[in-house]
Amino acid sequence: MQFALLIFESPEAFAARNADETDPYLGAWRAYHKAIVEAGIFVGGNPLQPPETGTTVRLKEGKRHVQDGPFADTKEQLGGFTILELPSLDAALEWAARCPAASHGAVEVRPVSPEYLRRVTG
Amino acid sequence: MSESGEESAHREIERVARESYGRMVAYLCSHTRDVASAEDALSNALVSALSAWPRDGVPQNPEAWLLTAARHSLIDHVRHQQVAEASEPTLLLLRGEPREVPLSPEFPDERLKLLFVCTHPAVDPAIHTPLMLQTVLGLDAVRIAHAFLISPTTMGQRLVRAKVKIRDAGIQFEVPQERELPQRLDAVLEAIYAAFGIGWDDMAGVDQRGRDLTEEAEWLARVLLQLMPGEAEVLGLLALMLHCEARRAARRGPDGRYIPLSEQDTQQWSLPLIEEAERYLAEASKQGRPGRFQLEAAIQSVHAERARSGRTEWVAITMFYEQLLRLSPTLGTRTGYAAAAGEAVGPEAGLAVLDGIELEAVSNYQPYWAVRAHLLQRLGKAAEAADAFDRAIGLAEDPAVRQFLFQRRA
Repeated sequence: MQFALLIFESPEAFAARNADETDPYLGAWRAYHKAIVEAGIFVGGNPLQPPETGTTVRLKEGKRHVQDGPFADTKEQLGGFTILELPSLDAALEWAARCPAASHGAVEVRPVSPEYLRRVTG
Repeated sequence: MSESGEESAHREIERVARESYGRMVAYLCSHTRDVASAEDALSNALVSALSAWPRDGVPQNPEAWLLTAARHSLIDHVRHQQVAEASEPTLLLLRGEPREVPLSPEFPDERLKLLFVCTHPAVDPAIHTPLMLQTVLGLDAVRIAHAFLISPTTMGQRLVRAKVKIRDAGIQFEVPQERELPQRLDAVLEAIYAAFGIGWDDMAGVDQRGRDLTEEAEWLARVLLQLMPGEAEVLGLLALMLHCEARRAARRGPDGRYIPLSEQDTQQWSLPLIEEAERYLAEASKQGRPGRFQLEAAIQSVHAERARSGRTEWVAITMFYEQLLRLSPTLGTRTGYAAAAGEAVGPEAGLAVLDGIELEAVSNYQPYWAVRAHLLQRLGKAAEAADAFDRAIGLAEDPAVRQFLFQRRA
């Protein structure tokens, strides 16, 4: 079963991306990445550029509405996602707790939906 | 009624709920075997008390009042149940009981039976500890879920399922026979220890989960000792927990930094707790029936000795680990043994123990990597050590432990 770990990060965590090689947050991410790869559960994932680079599109009554910035204006913003192959939600929560973002922001765990993917892809 | 009267009534309700919850639930369900209904009935009784006691005054025997109210609620509940079939056994059981709860605070203490029911082999082992915390101590599912890192909804469902199983599977409310007692008692001790949640690996990292339940676990162990006085392994478990608890203040620096056992300032250890632990351990060893928890407590006792002698007798610790390995060759024990052998004999010896563990078993186990990193570093194998440090850091949950390992790696 695949779970997405949705990584929500604080402005400080986003800012830390510009820090040098010795930054502990970066170091923690490297170690975490190594741990999930070595545990054989890493499926995929990517970090995202900071929220201000986002652009949100809606169609309302046939008209395009384009808005600068992310969809939701909250302190902690989606900073990336990781897909893990795990037997259960319990296991996914355990790995989410170890994610460096869990102690600096929040990590939402959601099962990937292969059923819906099948309906979409036909 | 004056406000202070109302306040004192509320205080009394809180006190009774805190101190006697488990005893009352155990008593109520010991005949019906229906834990969920007993809990519901007791919370109904507590709600009634909230309106009756401020009005009429606190009854002379609050527990008896609550039990009587709870029994009425139980009987009402059974009568109103739509499915007559399902409720029949409960009604029969209730009818077989004495009509009135004895009006003395000395109603029988059935908590020991409840502890054995919660850890019955027919109940999923993963739910033993949560079930115990809820039924004996009255903790709510949300708090338990946080400690166990499970979603509150899921925890609630699992607790309900376990209670249905207890009711429908016909699990007896009784203390097991002599023959099966050691094994069954082990499940009770195991469940209490899981609530305590302190790992074995003071060396480099601890599993922080369940940390906020340590006091509850200690309370459960004390209840168990009260119910089974002199039982060697119960004494051992309590000694073990008190030894760990004694070091709580020394485990963190003033800045929140993680401090491993070997670097802790022994001045900050609690001497009264250490002495209490030693008393229990001495009492246990008089029985001449060694067990897993006594051995684990003995290892902690050797560590505690450093407060007096200024040094750690690693050879003694290694010997206790060797005995422990024969009784309980868990991943935690083997890793602890490796760390001890690393100190007593040398890093090569410690690594040899670690190399004997299958790699598959440790891909998810943080202490193994922390100990491995430490031993490799002592051997001057920088690259391999850095690799092991990364694994330990990646598997750590506590940011302070992560920080500590980063500094060690550098």
